Amino acid sequence: MTMTNPQTTTANNGVNVQALLGAKKALTDTPEAARFTWRASSEWLQGTHSRATIDGFYGLGAEQRHRTSYQFHMDHPEVFASEDHGATPVELLLVGLAGCLTAGIAAVAQNRNIQLRSVKATLKGGMDLRGILGACDETRNGFDGIEVHYEIDADATADEIAALVAQSQKRSAVFDALANPTDISVTASKV
Amino acid sequence: MSGRSSRRPAGTVDVVVIGAGHSGLAMSRVLGQRGVEHLVLERGEVANSWRTERWDSLRLLTPNWMTRLPGQAYQGDDPDGYMSAPEVADFIAGYAVSTAAPVMTRTTVTSVVPCEGGYRVVTDRGGFNCRAVVLASGAFSEAVVPRVAEALPPSIMQQSAHRYRNPAQLPPGGVLVVGASATGLQLAHELAQAGRTVTLAVGEHVRLPRVYRGRDIQHWMLESGVLDQRIEDVDDPERARRVPSPQLVGSKERATLDLNALREQGVEIVGRLAGVRDGKALFSGSLRNVCALADLKLNRLLDAVDAFIAQQGLDDEARPAERYPATAVPASPRLQLPLGSDVRSVLWATGFRPSYSWLHAPVFDRDGALKHDRGVVAAPGLYVLGLPYLRRRKSSFIHGAEDDVRELAAHLVGHLDAESERLGSSRPRKGMAVA
Repeated sequence: MTMTNPQTTTANNGVNVQALLGAKKALTDTPEAARFTWRASSEWLQGTHSRATIDGFYGLGAEQRHRTSYQFHMDHPEVFASEDHGATPVELLLVGLAGCLTAGIAAVAQNRNIQLRSVKATLKGGMDLRGILGACDETRNGFDGIEVHYEIDADATADEIAALVAQSQKRSAVFDALANPTDISVTASKV
Repeated sequence: MSGRSSRRPAGTVDVVVIGAGHSGLAMSRVLGQRGVEHLVLERGEVANSWRTERWDSLRLLTPNWMTRLPGQAYQGDDPDGYMSAPEVADFIAGYAVSTAAPVMTRTTVTSVVPCEGGYRVVTDRGGFNCRAVVLASGAFSEAVVPRVAEALPPSIMQQSAHRYRNPAQLPPGGVLVVGASATGLQLAHELAQAGRTVTLAVGEHVRLPRVYRGRDIQHWMLESGVLDQRIEDVDDPERARRVPSPQLVGSKERATLDLNALREQGVEIVGRLAGVRDGKALFSGSLRNVCALADLKLNRLLDAVDAFIAQQGLDDEARPAERYPATAVPASPRLQLPLGSDVRSVLWATGFRPSYSWLHAPVFDRDGALKHDRGVVAAPGLYVLGLPYLRRRKSSFIHGAEDDVRELAAHLVGHLDAESERLGSSRPRKGMAVA
């Protein structure tokens, strides 16, 4: 049987996979550097409207900064009698999941030498409002399920694309954070 | 052939092999053929763990025709069957006899320490100075139990697959089986057959049909070279060594045991055990993805087998190619399971690991794992055998011992020769029998 290699050219999805593989090796050897702390700060503005700011984080044994600071407005929609100055917080969870899975797909595709042309995701999170309204003890506050659908145009078979998406979920931080319990500590102090 | 008769002090031997299981005895046989003086130390009887550390219904994952060691093949009348643990023990014990292996049974090693010229091996029946040590004490000495076990309510009985023997050991009522390797699936199947309500927590797993295109899947994996794949040719060796054992069972019916079969039997499939809170087991929402990963990987393997069959011109004699239904995941997999009244026991099928608590040498990494390069441990004259993917995919299987043992024995002999030369050749070696 003659094996032909269809991938004589090199895919370029704009992901520096060599850097990622180098980081894997380096962080395996020095686990202290692998300790990261991600941070956000937020401030109430008015009503249900608040603004979050992202600028610094800790990792590789030192304080790090984003190239610039990013701001996100969050609010509730008008159907909740709010003024809708931004996405609802639960929508931002979906945004985080999409960002994480899509970045993973690009990185895995790069590593597997698969050229991507278009990667589009739609996400749906189902929720029974009676949970957060306290109207039903059996109903949870959060999503009762999340559906993500990807439409991907790439130099790959349907199975190879499915494998990209599956591998991305396996390595996704946000997928893990949503799929598994996380211990959360919330404290407050009077100023 | 025994190539040496140099006089040496009592308690001195060139090589100590620790463990008289299939690996240690295979090494003994090859060392004997090379004329290397050695001793095999065994804490119990030959094939001890096969006699004392296996559940009652366990059978090998490989068919009898594959069960072979250097110089000994399966001779029985059921080549397509699968040996029970006592049958494996007898096979290995027979090998010890036929190879006249120099085994000291009922001799427990209490410490191995580097010393001048090699190692000091201390046992409960005296000590030995030797020039090299082969660790062949097995890959499955201890159960790996995740830390979440500590959070289980005290009223819940916990059992590891290492100590589990049969369903009657577990208190009446439902059982949560954690882990979806061969072990977890076999135990979930057996408990469901015994009438238990079984919940199976499923993380990453490897799905395989028992028989494909008319032959045992192991036949195709062997013939196509998959089992001979070398660790140095693998992208991520660390990961390859951690891959759980494939979902297989050795039964008379040669039936496939997968998650779909278990669901038909009434076993409830849930995600990986992610935590315990308020007396409830919490499961990961990743079930769909781990099943998708396993299904995709299964199909890639079957594609490779089909390509091999075509390439070999075997399409006419093999049964037609098949693809199996995707793993059926419940529409909304359960995320919580109250422990206590209905579910009274948890069975950990979360893996095994070797134990070298008696080895006192700087050969462990920060996670406590033995540092070695394909069996050559990170200390001169120290070798290890039988670990998953030690040198090849087949390394932890009985039939996988032979190639590894031959290569590591050659390395070991090279080490002894180099040491002899360095020390001015005061010790005769290989082929230099003193008349």
